[in-house]
Amino acid sequence: MKELIKKIVESAYLSKEGHIASSLSILDLLCVLYGEVLDLESIKNNLVDRDRFILSKGHASLGLYATLKHFGLLDFELNDFCKFHSILGGHPSDKIPYVESSTGSLGHGLPIGVGMALGYKIKDFKHNVYVIIGDGESNEGTIWESALLASHHNLNNLCCIMDHNRSGDRAVNIDNVIDKFKSFNWECIEVDGHNVEEIKSAINSETTKPKFVLANTIKGKGCDIMENKPEWHHKFPNDEEYLEIMKKLD
Amino acid sequence: MRKQFVKTLEKIVNNDNNVSLLLGDIGVFGFRKILKDYPERIFNIGIFEQATIGLSAGLSKIGMIPIMHTISPFMVERGLEQLKVDFGYQKLNGNFVSIGNSYDYAALGPTHHCPADVSLLSTIPNFQIVTPGNSKELDVLFNSEYNNGSPTYFRLGEYEHTQELDVKFGKANIVKKGNDATIICTGSMLDDVLYATENLDVTILYYSTIIPFDYKLLQDNFNSKVILCENFYEGTLNFIVNKALEGECYSLYNIGMKREFLKNYGKKEEHDVSLGLDKYSLRKKIEKICIK
Repeated sequence: MKELIKKIVESAYLSKEGHIASSLSILDLLCVLYGEVLDLESIKNNLVDRDRFILSKGHASLGLYATLKHFGLLDFELNDFCKFHSILGGHPSDKIPYVESSTGSLGHGLPIGVGMALGYKIKDFKHNVYVIIGDGESNEGTIWESALLASHHNLNNLCCIMDHNRSGDRAVNIDNVIDKFKSFNWECIEVDGHNVEEIKSAINSETTKPKFVLANTIKGKGCDIMENKPEWHHKFPNDEEYLEIMKKLD
Repeated sequence: MRKQFVKTLEKIVNNDNNVSLLLGDIGVFGFRKILKDYPERIFNIGIFEQATIGLSAGLSKIGMIPIMHTISPFMVERGLEQLKVDFGYQKLNGNFVSIGNSYDYAALGPTHHCPADVSLLSTIPNFQIVTPGNSKELDVLFNSEYNNGSPTYFRLGEYEHTQELDVKFGKANIVKKGNDATIICTGSMLDDVLYATENLDVTILYYSTIIPFDYKLLQDNFNSKVILCENFYEGTLNFIVNKALEGECYSLYNIGMKREFLKNYGKKEEHDVSLGLDKYSLRKKIEKICIK
């Protein structure tokens, strides 16, 4: 995990781009998904019926790239992040192998995931669709349109994980989010978003409804100077900060 | 065109298991047969325009062919970012079929008018725009293009022209040849433009596909006066015409809907008169341009 964090910080430091803190808050979720949940063979073989993952909060792209690299699904170098000719942009593009959907503007990934899950039902496919959204992203009306559509169509092959790092609190505090999704008739589970066993158990549990996993996370998790510091939302470290972070991670 | 769309879709849905129709609580009665026959893929999805476009993108990504259908402003104006990001940016296969050109639903007021649809969608790279002028054109163009690999907007109106033209996707038709002006005509206006020019020595080019635009036909058939007769906001195609005729010497005239909210209700025909877009007003305008 420390190596992944170092890679994310290094890439942001070199490029002077990226949302490090959001990338770190989802890192445990991504590692569980790619390490323990997703059927990587179906993904690597590019089967139409495969597990699919969408990072709806696309600004955490560095976390996704680092995870894909770690699991052997990315041939490109993270040090090229955001360079002019790089395929690895500030938000993920579906031109990157194994990235299921371009995202960036918030509130787009979950409706696309609903469509994939609905398509899987139509085609009688056996795999599942996983989407990570942010708590701030849930300000968007499309999240709630999707919540209603997913339960209406009984999409129990859809799992929506909210990275609840509380970055939305500075605008609107989305209290009782479990109650909100429950009222839309979703199966809801709350977990510590940095506890691997809790995450794994929640995502893998059987359900007859679409599943919502509220993952309570720490923005900037793993870097002391960033943890829960709002100013690090879209900030890259200077030379001094970079050396300090790397020293602590060694 | 509504009835033809139902007929066209019923055949396609019967023959292509990959097609999924998503109605925005519009046309539900018309599509009752396939809604009943194929409940697993033909949906009255509800009034969720933005999420429906995203959902359509998800269907497209797993190899299905989504067809979304609702009234123009709810699809194009409410869902513009979804159309741009989910379909244009990702260049996904999918169909967006609106009903109600510009101010066809005059009595319902400006919330239900959409003269900006062609202009807005023409700013999204990869989007194709098809504007059939009657039921036959709709049938031909929809059948040929519903699975062409790109996002495609089909602009269906409540009014039709009566001409029998052999339309093809991406190709314009020469309706008439003459020397005093070249008229570019779109959609159901064609009958009125023909009436307005019956005694004039003009060329009429009819465009049932707006994007991809048939540049060549215009380049081969323009003269010193080019008149755009658009059944949407006037000037929508100025950029495209200028691209086609870049460096050429010509005067461009616009006849189309003014860029203002309509204050009255009533019938489309009443607004045509009020806006100077009825056949008699068209005749006066075009004659004036030709004798200049």
